[in-house]
Amino acid sequence: MRGDTLSVGERLAIKRVAMPELDPAQRSSNFKEVNLGLAEEQAVREAQRCLQCKSTPCIDGCPVQIDIPGFIGAIAERHFAKAVEILQRDNALPAVCGRVCPQEVQCESRCVLGRKDNPVAIGYLERFVADWALRHDLRLNSLTLPGSSGKNVAVIGCGPAGLTAAAELAVKGHSVKIFEALHDTGGVLRYGIPEFRLPKDIIDSEVSRLLNLGVEIECNVVVGKTITLGTLRDEFDAVFIGNGAGLPVMLGIPGENLKGVYSANEYLTRVNLMGAGQTPDCATPILRGRNVAVIGGGNTAMDCVRVARRLGAERAMLVYRRTESEMPARVEEVKHAKEEGIELLVLAAPLEVVGDDNGWTMGLTCQKMELGEPDASGRRRPIPITGETFYLEADVVINALGTQANPLLTATEPELSLNKWKNITADENGATSLPRVFAGGDIVRGGATVILAMGDGKKAAAAIHSMLNSE
Amino acid sequence: MYEVKSNEMLAPNLHKIVVTAPRVAAVRKAGQFAIVRVEKGGERIPLTIGDADPLAGTITLFVQAVGATTRKLVAIPVGGHVRDIAGPLGVPTHIENWGRVACVGGGVGTAVLYPMAKALADAGNEVTTIIGGRSKPVIILADELSAFSQQTLITTEDGSLGRKGFVTAVLEDLLKDSKSSPMSVFAVGPVPMMRAVAELTRPYQVKTIVSLNPIMIDGTGMCGGCRVLIGGEVRFACVDGPEFDGHLVDFNNLADRLTTYREHECRIALKEKESREAA
Ligand SMILES: Cc1cc2nc3c(=O)[nH]c(=O)nc-3n(C[C@H](O)[C@H](O)[C@H](O)COP(=O)(O)OP(=O)(O)OC[C@H]3O[C@@H](n4cnc5c(N)ncnc54)[C@H](O)[C@@H]3O)c2cc1C
Ligand SMILES: Cc1cc2nc3c(=O)[nH]c(=O)nc-3n(C[C@H](O)[C@H](O)[C@H](O)COP(=O)(O)OP(=O)(O)OC[C@H]3O[C@@H](n4cnc5c(N)ncnc54)[C@H](O)[C@@H]3O)c2cc1C
Ligand code: SF4
Ligand code: SF4
Ligand code: FES
Repeated sequence: MRGDTLSVGERLAIKRVAMPELDPAQRSSNFKEVNLGLAEEQAVREAQRCLQCKSTPCIDGCPVQIDIPGFIGAIAERHFAKAVEILQRDNALPAVCGRVCPQEVQCESRCVLGRKDNPVAIGYLERFVADWALRHDLRLNSLTLPGSSGKNVAVIGCGPAGLTAAAELAVKGHSVKIFEALHDTGGVLRYGIPEFRLPKDIIDSEVSRLLNLGVEIECNVVVGKTITLGTLRDEFDAVFIGNGAGLPVMLGIPGENLKGVYSANEYLTRVNLMGAGQTPDCATPILRGRNVAVIGGGNTAMDCVRVARRLGAERAMLVYRRTESEMPARVEEVKHAKEEGIELLVLAAPLEVVGDDNGWTMGLTCQKMELGEPDASGRRRPIPITGETFYLEADVVINALGTQANPLLTATEPELSLNKWKNITADENGATSLPRVFAGGDIVRGGATVILAMGDGKKAAAAIHSMLNSE
Repeated sequence: MYEVKSNEMLAPNLHKIVVTAPRVAAVRKAGQFAIVRVEKGGERIPLTIGDADPLAGTITLFVQAVGATTRKLVAIPVGGHVRDIAGPLGVPTHIENWGRVACVGGGVGTAVLYPMAKALADAGNEVTTIIGGRSKPVIILADELSAFSQQTLITTEDGSLGRKGFVTAVLEDLLKDSKSSPMSVFAVGPVPMMRAVAELTRPYQVKTIVSLNPIMIDGTGMCGGCRVLIGGEVRFACVDGPEFDGHLVDFNNLADRLTTYREHECRIALKEKESREAA
């Protein structure tokens, strides 16, 4: 059966593919990737569902405007190398996006099939193509590097925004150097998102691709401390800032400083970046906890609670002040978490972390909530039910309320204009208030997504290139 | 990778290590620290930058081997490498000419104190240095500190060197006499010592700066693990400190949080001992 000869009726008759997964009982005690990826036959069959719409609504849902029908059509025809090439035109990190993009609210939410049935599994297919390319070592074979432009660009931060900007600039012939504060690459992709959602070797292969392009990466450089933005502006023809939004929002409730209370950033960094808890004698310690309560309802909260489960928590609980349908976390994450035995305690807000006489966390007192009128975000506002509280036993409490812009860099550069949340203000090309300085990703948007950070890196790289090219 | 240029033992378990880190050496100021990771897979630990030679591109670390990571660090031979060094981090010591200041150091805190005291002396202060420890062998840097201090007073708990007792007794004598009473006190050492100094100076209303040593990871304000309570408010020691007004610090909370991983540390220490004995 050839993909291009199917009738619309035949295409519509195919059921959406289900992602093969590790068994929940097995996976909830290790860090192996949960989604196993589609087999070739599954991918081709799923690709055949696509109606190749002329109006391409799905593309409008993708922040980097990937030619979705194009690459899916190539899969249907089994032209995988062609699919790789199409994908690479618009997305520098398809193996990452295919895994962590919130497709259900982006590309897949616009797919025409979604009106009556399930949308085409665009994310799964993207991942299939990216993994195929990795297996066949096909990345970049179509790219021949132009000669050196003689210009150099500094990139601050080695997260998705910085990685993308660096790659885009390198292929244009500019010499690029990334400065990263931590001892390793990847930003949130490495220290935030756990291995069971995004294996670290995918980040490693992306990074080695960059190195092959001639990009230099210097770790252990905290811009604002080790060197200043001013120095970088003197030494480089342009600067791209992609330093993320790494400043934890504190709970601001009594008991926050007890032993056993973590911010999500600390908890995830210990485990994901430093390997705590994953081997018995890892140098970096972590409190494992029997009853772990994670406060929040986003991707970060979901990652923390699933990590806690894997580190052996008997009860791994999520405490969220609205209900499941308002949770900002990806639908797939919530599903996976529930399969792994994670308890969702909804309509509950933390009031106090309770400790024992020795300063150890014992539990959490929570306020019961109900939903009121919708607020500015369109979600129904949680309001406390007067007098109704409950107590939850917990020896580890993790605060996953979110992050804000980290002022370490921006505070040293008063000329750089910021908005009221201390995020850098940048125009649609990423240009900041300082000449030759561009910015993108979470430092501009506040906590957003990988693909938006990448889109920013890409747009800024294009603007930097045209600026440097016209000189 | 950062090359170890020299490594000398100053006292039992206390090493002075000079290591190349040109970027850090070029800009570091007194009171700042670096985050060090000895090897791949190792822990990130904060260490004060004791001194620096910007021309040679080196920094000096004074390291007390107390646990697994610091023991590995002091065991690196000359020509060996430290995997990662990031810095300088933290707010530099606020240096001003107060006139007369007292610098009080306990244990390895004396090493942390050294760059502060030197910068204070350079700024024209009349520095009285008080250093204390359990016993004579652990008293470090006395000569180095004497080089710029008006006077250097030593105490040991067992009386094997200097006056018998604690640093606070000497400081109290200074405070009591208006002719010797310092305008500011800088104290670095174990938590109980800093607490005792702060309690001692409080009734005299003498400004007292302490350098706090909570557990840290990133050192850039990203994780909140280093949080301390200052005047009832949560502050991050790595970006807001590590120096704070000693009269506002919640020392109980700091001391308590430092015990978070005691069990883990004991387990690792036991493992090390077993493997040493097996060898
Ligand atoms: C736990 C967690 C789970 C998430 N899950 C998802 C998901 O499933 N899907 C999704 O789309 N998004 C997810 N996100 C959001 C997404 O990861 C971020 O939006 C994205 O990583 C932002 O990219 P960035 O490049 O702007 O910043 P970051 O990824 O934060 O990278 C910034 C880098 O800059 C470095 N840096 C910071 N300051 C300095 C400095 N002064 N000098 C030098 N370097 C510096 C940092 O160390 C870091 O490496 C998640 C976020 C978290 C925290
Ligand atoms: C800003 C700052 C500057 C510092 N400067 C120096 C320095 O110049 N020289 C130096 O030797 N040490 C310094 N320290 C302390 C040093 O970071 C710790 O000794 C080190 O992290 C211990 O690691 P470890 O794995 O060897 O020991 P661990 O096995 O982690 O701990 C062993 C023992 O040390 C205690 N300990 C753990 N962390 C700390 C800590 N942060 N402070 C005090 N005690 C701790 C533990 O409770 C335990 O009793 C500094 C700490 C901070 C926060
Ligand atoms: S990058 Fe993300 S939004 Fe775009 S097509 Fe891929 S999965 Fe969809
Ligand atoms: S909207 Fe759906 S069916 Fe139409 S082209 Fe896009 S993916 Fe294919
Ligand atoms: S060490 Fe992470 S915020 Fe200070």
